[in-house]
Amino acid sequence: MRILRLAAVAALLGGLALPASPASAQEAGALVHQNWSFDGLFGTYDRAAAQRGFQVYKDVCAACHSLKHGHFRDLAGIGLKADDIKAIAASLTVPTIGDDGQPTTRPGLPSDQFVSPYPNEQAAVAALGIDPPDLSLIEKARDGGPDYVYAILTGYTEPPASFKLAEGTYYNKAFPGHQIKMPKPLSDGQVTYADGTPSDVPQMAHDVVTFLAYMSNPELEQRKRMGIKIVLFLVLLTGVVYAVKRKIWSDVEH
Amino acid sequence: MAGLHKSDFKNPVVNWIDTRLPVFTMMQKEYGVFPTPKNFNYWWNFGALAMVSLMIMIATGIFLAMNYVPNSTMAFDSVERIMRDVNFGWLLRYVHANGASMFFIVVYVHLFRGLYYGSYKAPRELLWMIGVVILLVMMATAFMGYVLPWGQMSFWGATVITNLFSAIPIVGEPVVQWLWGGFAVGNPTLNRFFSLHYLLPFVLVGVIFLHIAALHITGSNNPLGIDVKSDADTLPFHPYYTSKDSVGVCVFLLLFAILVFFAPTFFMAPDNWIPANPLMTPPEIVPEWYFLPFYAILRAVPNKLGGVLMMFGSIFVLFVIPWLDTSPVRSAKFRPIYRILFWVLVLSVIVLGMVGAHRPEGIWVVLGRIATLYYFAHFLVVLPVLGKMERPLPLPESISRPVIGGGPLPGGATAKPMEKV
Repeated sequence: MRILRLAAVAALLGGLALPASPASAQEAGALVHQNWSFDGLFGTYDRAAAQRGFQVYKDVCAACHSLKHGHFRDLAGIGLKADDIKAIAASLTVPTIGDDGQPTTRPGLPSDQFVSPYPNEQAAVAALGIDPPDLSLIEKARDGGPDYVYAILTGYTEPPASFKLAEGTYYNKAFPGHQIKMPKPLSDGQVTYADGTPSDVPQMAHDVVTFLAYMSNPELEQRKRMGIKIVLFLVLLTGVVYAVKRKIWSDVEH
Repeated sequence: MAGLHKSDFKNPVVNWIDTRLPVFTMMQKEYGVFPTPKNFNYWWNFGALAMVSLMIMIATGIFLAMNYVPNSTMAFDSVERIMRDVNFGWLLRYVHANGASMFFIVVYVHLFRGLYYGSYKAPRELLWMIGVVILLVMMATAFMGYVLPWGQMSFWGATVITNLFSAIPIVGEPVVQWLWGGFAVGNPTLNRFFSLHYLLPFVLVGVIFLHIAALHITGSNNPLGIDVKSDADTLPFHPYYTSKDSVGVCVFLLLFAILVFFAPTFFMAPDNWIPANPLMTPPEIVPEWYFLPFYAILRAVPNKLGGVLMMFGSIFVLFVIPWLDTSPVRSAKFRPIYRILFWVLVLSVIVLGMVGAHRPEGIWVVLGRIATLYYFAHFLVVLPVLGKMERPLPLPESISRPVIGGGPLPGGATAKPMEKV
């Protein structure tokens, strides 16, 4: 009976875990899990990869995609110096209202949001035929997170002979339905990395996914550091409290 | 001076207050020396854990509300601002969001513990029914809270669930528009849900006060399900159960911390990180895990009104189980057949949860219907019939003289309405 009970409790906990992975994951085929620096209990963002990833974002993704929940100051979290951040922000113009009350622009400041390529959804649709998703949360907003984004970026192949591709779409083996409206964004050697890392597609995809993982979860390193201390503390506390309970109950026959 | 309470407290300040407002005497009586059965197992921790969960939810919720903007054009961005720019905002938000899951886990265990040990039977029927009210208010609170981040799942979940009321004949349509404050889920809906989401937890506090007041009148049930016979059967609540509950609270906080710090999005749907878009339905609209069994019951019936009635019925049936269960024996420990069927019920609820997470096609439709059928049959057929047919095991004479130590009462092999004193 005790075993049956334990089994049912285990099944209950297992049952709780199951619904967390909704059935929609089946559609896009199994994702290959990549090795990410930010995985695991002690994972942190690989600063060099994230900085290279920022370069890919800035030179490639930012042409169409916004990153509106991020600010230039957030780049400090991937190891950029205050002066570099100031320079990056200042190299872009942001919309503002001038002293004459008319709309104008000014150089960006570290406190500004990343500049969106289009002022609004309609402008994006008018230019591209679609409003490309904002990238601030892209790795939380997709099943599979970083692995999914990586699979999309590296998933452009020739369609199978029998596959009929709709007008204005591109074949991507990782995309649900395989017809994606984003043209192949990365090709070998597209950006030149300052640190000399060869910029093939898998490398660029890996780097930009690391950068976007940081933008989706900027709190990750602080969260994990704090978590380890709190969990260790609670393990100790549980031990002490259990010992106290045993001591208190030692004179009771039960 | 007739109304003044005579206080036994030595400390002059405490004594002065206690004479005029005997809160210290009350706490001493209800949580200090309160006689509590000595044989609780750790399943009796979950009431205290539920209380801790509610306090954590209220504490984090108050600070979240200081930074949240209940407006359909700003809600999503304000939550992201909390996650990124408010000091420890990510911690508040992840504790609050995962706290809802922890709260439901704890309350479901608490509820099934009550079912297993017959805690709903006389004289605790009203205590149980107040508990079901708490569950209903909790569900409403959780549902409205999930709408607030105004992501895709928030919006479409709200649309699907509020639309259920349109199944009511004649008044259905106006009722739904009244709930929405318009002709679709929109800004007025978000505003009122925020208001109610802040109100209902305090309603919960009130109903929980009644739950505990009723508990302290009847006294707790216990794993043997027999009444307390003498002082030898009980221990003062403090320090025995304060220390035992503390162990449970520590383990609870440990699991909670692991969830918050290392897997904060474990229970969250990826779609809810996409801002609400009334023009784009997500491929699948799935409620939070704690509603999945009820969602499965809703979909098990191929008729909208029927499904809605069954879904609400699955909770309302809990109100009447004190009268559906005809067995005079409380604890499943002494009910060999009920003990097995209890786990069948647990299994059917787990199956319903899994069915709720999958598209209603193929095997999931069949499983959903079988599990729904058993869920209702368990309460409406098994409980009334089994109580009359089952031959319970001999009950121990008292808590302090259990079967193994003291031996069964002579002739104790028959079910005896011993609790109906």
